[in-house]
Amino acid sequence: MVTNASMFGRSGVHEFVLIRASAIVLALYSLFIVGYALFAPELTFDVWKGLFSSLAMKIFTFLALIGLLVHCWIGMWQVLTDYVKSAALRALLQFLINLTAVGYVAAGLFILWGVK
Amino acid sequence: MELSESEVKKQRPVNLDLTTIRFPATAIASILHRVSGVIMFFAIAILLWLLNQSLTSQTHFDQVKALLDGWFVSFILWGILTALAYHFAGGVRHLMQDIGFFEELDSGKRSAHVVFAITVVLSVLAGVWVW
Repeated sequence: MVTNASMFGRSGVHEFVLIRASAIVLALYSLFIVGYALFAPELTFDVWKGLFSSLAMKIFTFLALIGLLVHCWIGMWQVLTDYVKSAALRALLQFLINLTAVGYVAAGLFILWGVK
Repeated sequence: MELSESEVKKQRPVNLDLTTIRFPATAIASILHRVSGVIMFFAIAILLWLLNQSLTSQTHFDQVKALLDGWFVSFILWGILTALAYHFAGGVRHLMQDIGFFEELDSGKRSAHVVFAITVVLSVLAGVWVW
């Protein structure tokens, strides 16, 4: 197996597959949300809250959040690795970006938690 | 005639007229995919905040609606939707390239132009929707 210094011994195949798998989840979620907001007969608070109170929508949103974490992690790494040449600065930025992405997952989870 | 290295270098064409140098469409498509992706990364914070507000209570929901009627927030939302539209269309192009389409220079350029055109249309539609 080809090893790569930036991947800590892995070949990048995981990243290749994961960024595409997460892209598909995020694409479906974006289509659904935009479609719902556009075509729902009347978007009132009750309709909106009702949507996010269903278990199916909570699961779909959580899958999208996990997809977001994976997609951010790999995508932002791809961008940083091309433009930030200093390894220390790149590591710091990657750390902050990934913390933010995990924070997004936590935020999304707790936003949905109490919706009944 | 045998040319020395410096002679060869002298004969190379030099173009210092930067206005005649342009990125190919495929390169612009690539950089825009990165730019729109980074924009979306920061946009998620705004979208999650809006989601939280809109689900908290009827009052908060009405506040979000009022906020979205404002010029500034509408503009931000339109920007986010445009970045999303580009990243989406460009992403679909990338996935199609994975399964063997648009891999030649010609089709690569043409598909990049199609992605630009789709984004412009979606962006205009998003503008109509937001305002």
